[in-house]
Amino acid sequence: MWETIGIWLGAFLTLCIFSFLYKDNPFYKLAEHLFVGISAGYWATLEYHNVFRPNLWDPLTREGRLLLIVPFVFGLMLFSRFTKRFSWLSRWPMALIIGIYAGITIVGYGSGDLILQIRANLLPLYTDHWLTSLNNILLTVGVITGLIYFFFSKEHKGALGAGAKIGIWFLMISFGASFGYTVMSRMSLLIGRVYFLLGTWLHLLE
Amino acid sequence: MRKILEKLESLDRRIIFIFIGLSIAIPLLFPVYTDFSVTAPVEGFYDAIEELSPGSKVLVSCDYDPGSMPELFPMNVAVFHHLFSRGHKIIVMQLWATGTLLAERAMNEVLQEFPDKRYGEDYVNLGFKEGREVVMVSMGTSIPKTFPTDAQGTKLEEIPLMQGVTNFDDITILMNISGGLPGTKEWVLQVQSRYGVKLGSGCTAVSAPEFYPYVQSGQLVGLLGGMKGAAEYEKLVQRPGTAQRGMDAQSVSHIVVFLFILIGNIAYFSVKGKKKRLKVSR
Repeated sequence: MWETIGIWLGAFLTLCIFSFLYKDNPFYKLAEHLFVGISAGYWATLEYHNVFRPNLWDPLTREGRLLLIVPFVFGLMLFSRFTKRFSWLSRWPMALIIGIYAGITIVGYGSGDLILQIRANLLPLYTDHWLTSLNNILLTVGVITGLIYFFFSKEHKGALGAGAKIGIWFLMISFGASFGYTVMSRMSLLIGRVYFLLGTWLHLLE
Repeated sequence: MRKILEKLESLDRRIIFIFIGLSIAIPLLFPVYTDFSVTAPVEGFYDAIEELSPGSKVLVSCDYDPGSMPELFPMNVAVFHHLFSRGHKIIVMQLWATGTLLAERAMNEVLQEFPDKRYGEDYVNLGFKEGREVVMVSMGTSIPKTFPTDAQGTKLEEIPLMQGVTNFDDITILMNISGGLPGTKEWVLQVQSRYGVKLGSGCTAVSAPEFYPYVQSGQLVGLLGGMKGAAEYEKLVQRPGTAQRGMDAQSVSHIVVFLFILIGNIAYFSVKGKKKRLKVSR
């Protein structure tokens, strides 16, 4: 019973959203507002039950871990942004969050992206298999010319200009591949909805 | 002909929508199941699981939401199915709050085929944890301290499967189903590069081009990119699902998009050429 109501509601809201493809209308607005409202409510409830209570409130009140008062106060200080007079208080927890986050990500990017990716691009240009050699040459030329394109300290003329032009070609090909993948992704989402409408709702699929 | 081309140049976008809609609906209604090949990154993902010794503890982080469900849910189901069929233990977690219900749904679907699998012994759901990269790094130090309880509130020390699991050293391989941020990129940067954990990824097609360099560098053992990746994986694990069913629609809709781009360009250049000729003659 409840499942059927859920499916019909899902189908109705899907069609409401699709109606925007014709033009903006009250049904689309209804679905849009419902989505925003329900998402906000869902997130607030989820954060309360999954983050605030198990990580702070319960250990503080039931287990007596008094040290947790510090993050609690820092958390409350974030809300001072709502008042002009005390908004400066929010800078302290903000600074802490940004500092910790920056520290963690810099290490990750340095070791995982920069060093390992540079190492992965140092490839032999001549191997036993001609296809691997061709791949490695293409990769090396693509990396070097791509980097030349982003080198702005000297005017792109002569050999540097030629390298930059080749770099643009490599960049364009990569943008094309990304666009192709984006189309595939969006089509997948549409397939998911049409699958739901035709299969789960109308039972037209095997 | 010119009139047709002029009309095509200012074609109402709603006509394109109708064609795209039909190109998806018709192949779903009348599938022909076109064959497709399996690519190397998907094979790498599959082989990584095949090579594990039975009973390995595998961490699966389901970091996605209903927005990316058509692409990622089929691969989530296929990954659980593959792991159970090889006799591995699954530790599920989520860095996306919305991933909790989807992971549970995927697990329930697979459990119908493996009714002998027991919660706490063969699989466990640690639930959602806020904190993104901080959670990942914290797990490197201690998983029980990062997740003191599972999703149902049971203490980790009371769960048989979690006995002896301290940090990533006790996890054989990590599989990430990634809908965005935090996801595969963060797992690579914060966990794979720091702790050397084997990592496989299933991601949306939008983010796949960003992750292919990690496959080439060996930071990812394999990659399932979008619905196509999911379909290839379903083919390998011999469990046809919604991804394989959607491949016909993918192919036809891509052909339609390609044709519209082609026709649009022909119309644009011929009308532009005509305008240029008119200007010169004046």
